[in-house]
Amino acid sequence: MANFTLNGKSVSLEVDPQTPLLWVLREHLGLTGTKFGCGIAQCGACTVHLNGTAARTCVLPVLAAEGGDIVTIEGLAENDDHPLQQAWVEEQVPQCGYCQSGQIMQAANFLKHTPNPTDEQITAAMAGNLCRCMAYVRIHRAVKRAADMVGQQAEATAQMSGQQTEASAATAGVGSFDPGAGVSVARTATEESSHGKV
Amino acid sequence: MARFEDHLAAQQRANTDEKSGISRRGFLIGSVAGSAMLAFGVSGASLAAATSNKASASETLSDGAFEPTMWYAIGTDGTITIHITKAEMGQHVATSLARLVIEELEADLASVEIVYVDSDPKWGYMITGGSWSVNHSYQPLSQAGAAGRIALIEAGARQMGVSVESCKARQGRVISGEQSLGYGEIVAAGLERSFTEDELAAIELKPASERRVLGTKGNALDVPPKTNGQAVYGIDYTLPAEVEARVGKTLHARPVLPPSRFGCKVTAVDDSEASKVIGYRQTIELKDPSGMCQGWLAVIADNFSAAMRATDLLKVEWSKGDSYHIDEAAIQAEGQRLVSTPSRDNGSLMVDQGDPSALIEGAATTVESTFTTSSVLHFTLEPANALAYEEEGQWHVHCGNQQQSLLIPLVAKALEVEDGKITHHQLYLGGGFGRRLHGDYAVPAALAAKALGRPVKMIFTRPDDSRFDCVRSPSVQRVRSGLDADGRVVASEHAAAAGWPTAALMPSFLAEAVEGGGKLDSFSISGADHWYNVGTQRVWAQQNKTAHEAFVPGYLRSVAPGWTLWAVEQHIDELALAAKQDPAEFRLSLLDAEGRNAGKSPVSTGGAERLRTVLKRVMEKSGWSERDSLPEDTGMGVALSFGQERSMPTWVACVARVKVDRATGEVKIEKLTSVVDAGTLAHPDGAMAQLEGSLLWGVSMALHEGTEYRDGGPVAQNLGAYQPLRMHQVPKMDLEFIDSTEMPVGLGEPGTTVVAPALANAIQHAVGVRLRDLPMRPAKLKAALTEI
Repeated sequence: MANFTLNGKSVSLEVDPQTPLLWVLREHLGLTGTKFGCGIAQCGACTVHLNGTAARTCVLPVLAAEGGDIVTIEGLAENDDHPLQQAWVEEQVPQCGYCQSGQIMQAANFLKHTPNPTDEQITAAMAGNLCRCMAYVRIHRAVKRAADMVGQQAEATAQMSGQQTEASAATAGVGSFDPGAGVSVARTATEESSHGKV
Repeated sequence: MARFEDHLAAQQRANTDEKSGISRRGFLIGSVAGSAMLAFGVSGASLAAATSNKASASETLSDGAFEPTMWYAIGTDGTITIHITKAEMGQHVATSLARLVIEELEADLASVEIVYVDSDPKWGYMITGGSWSVNHSYQPLSQAGAAGRIALIEAGARQMGVSVESCKARQGRVISGEQSLGYGEIVAAGLERSFTEDELAAIELKPASERRVLGTKGNALDVPPKTNGQAVYGIDYTLPAEVEARVGKTLHARPVLPPSRFGCKVTAVDDSEASKVIGYRQTIELKDPSGMCQGWLAVIADNFSAAMRATDLLKVEWSKGDSYHIDEAAIQAEGQRLVSTPSRDNGSLMVDQGDPSALIEGAATTVESTFTTSSVLHFTLEPANALAYEEEGQWHVHCGNQQQSLLIPLVAKALEVEDGKITHHQLYLGGGFGRRLHGDYAVPAALAAKALGRPVKMIFTRPDDSRFDCVRSPSVQRVRSGLDADGRVVASEHAAAAGWPTAALMPSFLAEAVEGGGKLDSFSISGADHWYNVGTQRVWAQQNKTAHEAFVPGYLRSVAPGWTLWAVEQHIDELALAAKQDPAEFRLSLLDAEGRNAGKSPVSTGGAERLRTVLKRVMEKSGWSERDSLPEDTGMGVALSFGQERSMPTWVACVARVKVDRATGEVKIEKLTSVVDAGTLAHPDGAMAQLEGSLLWGVSMALHEGTEYRDGGPVAQNLGAYQPLRMHQVPKMDLEFIDSTEMPVGLGEPGTTVVAPALANAIQHAVGVRLRDLPMRPAKLKAALTEI
């Protein structure tokens, strides 16, 4: 018997305790917003929040989530109106969309801990999530936009004035992307798979 | 070369002629179940009857005698339901196609609902690829919208008792002075109209100045469900309970792939460890009369997680087929042989303006190079999967797919049933990129469902998906040209050898070679028939049959230009260097837009002149004039693309600015500047998204992707070894579309192919080393730097 809280509701179910949490969510609980991509915790499509931390569920046995508090994309916001979800629509981020639940969950956890991120911090936080359509330009913009939305609620506007520009200045015919120079992110296999191990 | 869909249309016309003697394609508008149905169709007698008023359009539509090839409907509440036969895989195709209809219909985009249809012969050949969707749909969907508008205005005028001339249509209403009627109100009163093919052809589309939808900003219809987990992809689909009540509960499966693609046989299976997994049921060998699955098994369980884990514990022995021992080196050695002595034994000529050999050999300067590219994986993030079941003799296959009209005969052959006994049900695709132009992954699911007499949902794990991928074939190309004493190109010869996807997947679509008699896969050579004037030109397409012995070559985003432009655009730079000219100015001099390069209305109006325009603009934007005064080890390179086919060119120019670290061989892309002329942009924001993504695909394939075929499969099978671009590797980009009202062309692919040659040219400019093997790994650049 596995027991945990899922999107605010307690859940108990009979399941092989070795089953990865991803498949418990998808197959036993019918929440298919969390995706299967690589199976080795390297792509991030399976990201959820476990006890307030972004976790990769494809390699996480449900046993390891026993008693935990789990939030999936379906439970991120009551009316699908989390600032990131709004920003994802405003910036028209998804292409095929398959990785986007994981991207949004990763970004939500990041913004919770880093409400006023620099461009470099956004890049570093999101570099572990693969987008095969390579919609990275817009993912970056949308995280920034969501941070601005949250920031405007939480902080004085004055503090925001030092922030960089305006991704949304891009018009239909012209696009530009400059995430800030000199960004370097050490993405190692160990670092990444540790997301999924307990 | 003939366009793929022109070829299909010709076949369709031929069939129609045989059956009915009438090849007319008309348009009917009538009331069906309360809504107005607006449909194209090829139908001999019934269309003739309808258009001669022997039967009403409504009767003809309702009795099903008229086979609509595409249609939309207007409900009494004004909702416009548009049927989409194309696969939604990230390109927002439904949004673009809806915009084509809505523009001419003068309706409101907000009233649109999309239905992605199940397969049916009535839709014609179902394929989503080649960046064709918007271009090929432009004329028919615009006409469909215009015909609807005309009918609504006529009916609205009658209803209001005013003249047609006093009416105009805007935002889903017919307006005459102070009066107006919503489309829904007009439909409720009954809408009846038929257009013959001639009447349709006579409809003039709106001038660009009257456009209110195309070219305007606006959101994609498929974005919201992709931000809240509600979008249903093939891998997410489960059968409704009422279906399972009739056909049985779905079993879950993971395929067990043999050591190599061809010729393997199972000799022993031991599931003693596998059977300890809770939920494991059994392992079955798949008997495939079609030969698609040779030596396959499927592990069956109550859920996929159990099937996945049990498969890892299964012990299987195979007798290996010969193909196991064919590796990338052997494939490329054969490619080298083919391009050094290209012949009609292995392919044909795609361009033939006479034999350039003598001119090249007698030229003042001769430049010759060999270019190679390695195997590339599609790596769609949603791994291959399909759910299949039979109900009362009809088979149903649920999965995302780009070519239903190929999937169906493949599955039918494996199940030994008629094509008509298979229905494909479309879902969102978690990436297509050409992988899902093949329907091979539906076959093992269907075979397992047949063997078990129950619905089976089969999912491939990432390594399964990679091993079963129809990879982009490795390629070898030899290009040689001659320059006269003034630095003018007098002759050029290009030979390219690769596996041919069309030969493997759909041989009836091989193109006629220019000299007649031979066949070639235009998808494996396009790009070599470029728009530069290089004097007497000859292009050879060679099929590398050794590649076909090892794997099934696939279509991968842009297909041939992924390798042909790697050669062409570097070769042009080599010629510029030999002629001691600036590579961008040299290109301008070759783009004379004369003869075959003048372009043809409407699709390639302007021809090479439009490539000149994007090139000049990218030179301005990128600061090309400062190219000669860059810091040390920094370089700028340019490359051009015309998309995939001369018959549907998208004009692309790209400048890359790089800095090379000599110590490590690492290339830092300081900036990519790209200017594109894609004609009218049906959905500009979607167009920009495709350009951004395709250019980054180009970066990824240039520097980060690529693997090799060895021991029966690609060496890299998951993200540990196969590493597509991540966010921290995204370069600064400056992108622009040329304002244009020309016919829309394609955007899904063209950006992918300019980046690698632009980078190679920039690296050469930075450090004097030319890399001719793709991908460009730091170790290779470092080694090359040591050699000079």
